Amino acid sequence: MSKPVLATTSLAGCFGCHMSLLDIDDRILDLIELVEFNKSPIDDIKTFTKQCDIGLIEGGCCNSENVHVLKDFRKHCNILISLGECAIMGGLPAMRNGIPIKECLREAYLTGPSVTANTEHIIPNDPELPMMLDKVYPCQEIVKIDYYLPGCPPRADLIWETLVALIKGTEINLPYEVIKFD
Amino acid sequence: MSEKINFIIDGKECQSEEGKYLVDAAKENGIYIPTLCNYEGLKPKGSCRICTVKINGRFATACTSPVHDGMNIENETEELKDMRKQIIELLFVSGNHFCPACEKSGNCELQALAYRFKMMAPRFPFAFPNKEIDASHPKIIKDQNRCILCKRCIRGIKDEEGKSYFAYQNRGKDSLVVVDRKLAAEMTAEKAQQAMDICPVGSIIVREKGWDTPIGDRKYDKAPIGSDIENN
Repeated sequence: MSKPVLATTSLAGCFGCHMSLLDIDDRILDLIELVEFNKSPIDDIKTFTKQCDIGLIEGGCCNSENVHVLKDFRKHCNILISLGECAIMGGLPAMRNGIPIKECLREAYLTGPSVTANTEHIIPNDPELPMMLDKVYPCQEIVKIDYYLPGCPPRADLIWETLVALIKGTEINLPYEVIKFD
Repeated sequence: MSEKINFIIDGKECQSEEGKYLVDAAKENGIYIPTLCNYEGLKPKGSCRICTVKINGRFATACTSPVHDGMNIENETEELKDMRKQIIELLFVSGNHFCPACEKSGNCELQALAYRFKMMAPRFPFAFPNKEIDASHPKIIKDQNRCILCKRCIRGIKDEEGKSYFAYQNRGKDSLVVVDRKLAAEMTAEKAQQAMDICPVGSIIVREKGWDTPIGDRKYDKAPIGSDIENN
């Protein structure tokens, strides 16, 4: 039997959840025995080459590209897992949600205290750039998510136990200490 | 001394005194009924509904219900647990609770209840309301994003004359807990700390003070809220 296929991505996240995945330390050697990686920053495969068993999503959706990638993951992954606060609740990027988008862009490109180089006062609007959404959306508000692993980042043990349980079809044991929102 | 009475919680025989509030009577018998707006020493309010139990088959808030002889109480049933979890989820989606950026994280009762009920993600869509942060007072910051309107600060933080430092403003979905500007201007550091401590979430924060307890050593890092009562 071929190995289960794993894909991962970081949307509006900080890559902290991926760092936590690496925090499983030498178990990473066991992980590559257990699964085959497909589209993921871990192996730098940019596009899906086959249907995957498990997809890990870090970060929420703050622009049109995030939505596109998330929908692509939903299409190519049988089981989709939200990894971390940003994917589940929007997280720190969602702190802009109460502020109108115009005000955000003006602060970032025109009036912010650190804006010095933008002498022509341009707010980037190239069609090549992904469009910012009106607010940052948690992943479950865009596509169906099968499982949630909270944490900022989710503890390495939580990620490891979840992957092993899914791959081996065993019941997961989640002690109190591993489920945290920070 | 009131007379001793007998009652049942989830099939367990319990004893207490007639007329004692059910939350406290249960606690004496080593049974935890989750609470949020309730605070020891304050008159119970029954506003958050987390402590909802079934008394003789009917829903009631355990913090405001006096216990009587022969009562049959349901507490840890699947129905009630899910109802309580839903309330926690609604509180999470109706405010802006960004735990990783909150000074109260790890010591927050709302978060601790979410952990206890194993809330992995709220089942409701997030409202992301536009709320203000009032940082105009010398000793405290009032962050409306995190306020759950439990009124613990209004009921508990008062000056020598009994005037509250906090008050309700507006009604319905526009309700806010605001700070009395005049009283807050005279607030002592001790009072400010009391206000922060009485707040179950991170809505009242002492100024010029950041995170002071390492992750792992905070109140709800190792054991769930209520486990101190259950293990007694």
